[in-house]
Amino acid sequence: MIVLENLHKSFGPLEVLKGINLTVDNGEVVSLIGASGSGKSTLLYCINALETIDGGKVTVDGVEVHAKGTDINKLRQKLGTVFQQWNSFPHLTALENVALAPRVVSKFSRKDAQEIAAKQLKHVGLGDKLNHYPSQLSGGQQQRLAIARALAMEPTYMLFDEATSALDPELVGEVLDIMRLLASEGMTMIVVTHEMSFARDVSDRVAFFKKGVLAEIGAPEDVMNNPQDPDLQRFLSTIG
Amino acid sequence: MTDVFTTLQWSDLIFLLEGAWKTVQISVVSILLGTLLGMVFGWLMSLNNKLITFAVMAVLDVFRSVPLLIQLILFDSFVAIAGFPLPAFWSGTIVLIIYTASLVAVVVHSGIDSVPAGLRAAARCLGMSYWQEMRHVTTPVGLRTAFPSWLGVALATIKDSALVSAIGYVELLRASQILNTRTQESVKIMLLVGLIYFIISYPLSRLGARYEQRQKS
Repeated sequence: MIVLENLHKSFGPLEVLKGINLTVDNGEVVSLIGASGSGKSTLLYCINALETIDGGKVTVDGVEVHAKGTDINKLRQKLGTVFQQWNSFPHLTALENVALAPRVVSKFSRKDAQEIAAKQLKHVGLGDKLNHYPSQLSGGQQQRLAIARALAMEPTYMLFDEATSALDPELVGEVLDIMRLLASEGMTMIVVTHEMSFARDVSDRVAFFKKGVLAEIGAPEDVMNNPQDPDLQRFLSTIG
Repeated sequence: MTDVFTTLQWSDLIFLLEGAWKTVQISVVSILLGTLLGMVFGWLMSLNNKLITFAVMAVLDVFRSVPLLIQLILFDSFVAIAGFPLPAFWSGTIVLIIYTASLVAVVVHSGIDSVPAGLRAAARCLGMSYWQEMRHVTTPVGLRTAFPSWLGVALATIKDSALVSAIGYVELLRASQILNTRTQESVKIMLLVGLIYFIISYPLSRLGARYEQRQKS
């Protein structure tokens, strides 16, 4: 379970998160929607401690993320993160990309790590690309590689930060399909997205962010078909 | 009556090769230790701590900007005046190590800087510690940018080692000057010496070519 309590975060004078409360249960898929700069991505980075926080509390399975003495490297193994940019390791093949962390962090033997990697690459439909370098893969394939790389650490949670925003339109589908697959397998996911149909179809709950405030949250049919917040109504009508 | 000048002999070749061996020694030690020291400085600058970067840059700028020849003579005189005279090999090599390090530091810093922040963040998000990420992501990826520049610095160090002759150390260049004076066969000797410098540098150049080949494939 991921719990955010009264989370505050500022960049200099700009307060980007103004006291967020949110609980994500295991097995749940929560989509975060809202205009750019509303604080959605920052929220993800406060969960995996890529950002520090200025107030409140984030706990993952009862462990306070930002407390002194928290082993953040250990905690991050539970939190798979997929970025807008796929960030493939350019010097490693697809197989080595995925096998690196199991080998280095989880101390699996090279052989075992590669078995794990091969399994996860098959999982995301890249079973025939094991020995390709990232430069030989399309953006969609590289993003699936990034998902496989995160899954290889057997995370409890997956955080997606606009995972399809940097992709050519024709490549968005293959990545969304994998994300749907993960959701159907019961993975707990927090998904920052501009893909409204994904949010509607896959999420258990949709959260609308507006200027650092969680303005509206609920089941997708309520939030998206019957929005209360006037800004959300406007947002949904512009984004289609 | 004997000639003032004598012709080249086999023993002169040995003399040159001894000089060449000393050039190799100065170069290898300077490149190795200079690279290690430069890596530390380059890494310090990559921490993006304003104070540390300012301090490191201030020191390195001095060594990069003052001509090596002047550094060698000043350092050699300074240690002698200070009462710790060093053998010419070491006072020369120490200066060359620091000079090389000041150049390598910039190469290493830009190498680290060339690694996209997102790539490093992605590695950390997989649970890698700072040093695991440094070892397995930043180093190999940054090396692609840094290696050709590093090679340039290393080759320059071999050639710069000739300046150590200015403080009286008989390495390859100094040895050839001594022979020049005695035999007046400067063209032959310089051709030979040039060839020897080439042979010393060649393995490094090959290493660079092989590395670039591997990057392309």
